[in-house]
Amino acid sequence: METRHRELDPSLFESATIDAYEGERIAGPPVGFWRDAWIRLKKNRGALISLAVLILVFATAFVIGPLISSQSPYTQDLSQRYLGPTSEYWFGTDKFGRDMWTRVWAGTRVSLYIGLLAALMDIFVGVVYGAVSGFLGGRVDDVLQRGIEILNGIPYLVVAILAMVVLDPGILTITIAIGLTGWTFMARIVRGRMLQLKNQEFALASRSLGASGFRLVWKHLIPNSLGLIVINLMFTIPGAIFAEAFLSFIGLGIQVPEASLGSLISDGAAELRFHPYLLWLPALVFCLLMICFNLLGDGLRDALDPKMRK
Amino acid sequence: MIRYVARRLVYMVAALFIIVSVTFFISKALPGTPFANPKLSPQVREQLFEKYGLDEPLYVQYVKYIANVAQGDLGNSYYFEGRSVSELILQRLPVSAFIGVQAVIFGLVIGMVLGIVAALWHNTVWDTLAVVVAILGVSVPSFVLGPLLQYWLGLKLGWFPIAFFESWIYSVLPSLALSVFVVSTVARFIRTEMLEVMGQDYITLAKAKGLSGLAVIIKHVLRNAMIPLVTVMAPLTIYIITGSLVIEQIFAVPGIGEQFVQSVLVNDYSMILGTTIFFSVLFIVALLIQDIMYGIIDPRIRVSGAKE
Repeated sequence: METRHRELDPSLFESATIDAYEGERIAGPPVGFWRDAWIRLKKNRGALISLAVLILVFATAFVIGPLISSQSPYTQDLSQRYLGPTSEYWFGTDKFGRDMWTRVWAGTRVSLYIGLLAALMDIFVGVVYGAVSGFLGGRVDDVLQRGIEILNGIPYLVVAILAMVVLDPGILTITIAIGLTGWTFMARIVRGRMLQLKNQEFALASRSLGASGFRLVWKHLIPNSLGLIVINLMFTIPGAIFAEAFLSFIGLGIQVPEASLGSLISDGAAELRFHPYLLWLPALVFCLLMICFNLLGDGLRDALDPKMRK
Repeated sequence: MIRYVARRLVYMVAALFIIVSVTFFISKALPGTPFANPKLSPQVREQLFEKYGLDEPLYVQYVKYIANVAQGDLGNSYYFEGRSVSELILQRLPVSAFIGVQAVIFGLVIGMVLGIVAALWHNTVWDTLAVVVAILGVSVPSFVLGPLLQYWLGLKLGWFPIAFFESWIYSVLPSLALSVFVVSTVARFIRTEMLEVMGQDYITLAKAKGLSGLAVIIKHVLRNAMIPLVTVMAPLTIYIITGSLVIEQIFAVPGIGEQFVQSVLVNDYSMILGTTIFFSVLFIVALLIQDIMYGIIDPRIRVSGAKE
């Protein structure tokens, strides 16, 4: 609230020359939406580091990890049980003598698959549902929105548990179980965006040029909602990875001998007392994934939709 | 307001109806019957079927099931013979409720302190620390944190018992593990809301009227910053429920969650479905209370036409 006093001298009060063309000058090359977002994202150190770590984890899980180790995640060797991390078994071995290094990365692969599959479901069900609801509006919108409100009343993990009791456990069924009600949030957001966009001038222009409803949605409205969709996906993926880990932890997820990060953590927790490394290593990878996805999601939200920043 | 509540109630009943229907058809779709034991003679099995009404046509069973659930009768456990699901749930409820409520209290207290500190000393080390804790809280799941606490506070330092549930001290670690998510959610909410509220005109006015800094913070900033906290009630309920499934398993706490996981492992279908319905009711009621409370606490929402 204090006022700063500064020395005043006449040089501060020179009159400016007014150039009528100055206002028309373009200060820099035009910056598109995605480029603008990337520039903003680059300023966010946490998000950038997260992106780098995620790329590294993806690369290690799918390519590097299995490639540089000669061990198999499924071969049992009872003479090599419970070895701590050694030069041969970098993450040690579990109670059946299976190599933990390859097992952890196999588990990471499964978790990532599930996250990405859930993202796909979000796109195909959530975006389509939201787009139809928002674009058509009227009675269709009413009915579809009531449907979502009812679905939202059902706790999703409970639905996932029920679905897993009936379905055979596998990557696809687990994803379906998780995604069964998980897409509603995406649908809501896309619908809101559609309602907002469909009456704007560019939509009207496209329509008066004779574009069909489908073309309008696909070519104009969806691309204009992409930012929001991407932001949402960044939260769907860790959510699905977490849900799978949770299901595996209570014994409903991936079944042996397959592994996911959740089942490895579950196995490790059971042997915590004498072989703590069996828990810490998969738990570390899991937490790293979650932290990076969350940070990157926050960063993308700030970069793609500055208005949503809080 | 009344119309709004009435509409929410209708949705609530619809959601419940769908859940109960789904659980019924799932229980019918499951392989085998509860009386598949080959030692049973056909006559005995027939009698059992008759006793439990399994010989009736499907739609009769469905109507009966709905009627039973509506009256709070969730059937009998297949595993614990002769005991009803409701009875088993109620018996386990107090322990789970105690740990859950305590976790929420832990979470509220720690989270509010963190959030307030972060907002008052915005852009300092304390702020960064609170943000880091908040990110860790949503990223580190309770089934990792639980074993971590067990290992360090229980095993290495020996401050708390690791498992079972005999006295209050046994509930500290489970509640703590369960509370991380609450801590980070509350801290984040309080921080952003306080920062926003502190820039409002009425805070400047309160200061201009000569209120002390503490009075402004407590009477004006905090009270307004806490409003959005109501919206996390339903997500927190669902979190505490699902969290209890793993936490009780990890700490061998005899609560509903532990029982649920056990019934999953032994295929006690009626128990699984009954507990599912119970959890759903809990969640839906929390959702309803949250929506109503939000309308009551913040008159601004009521005026601008309650947005669902």
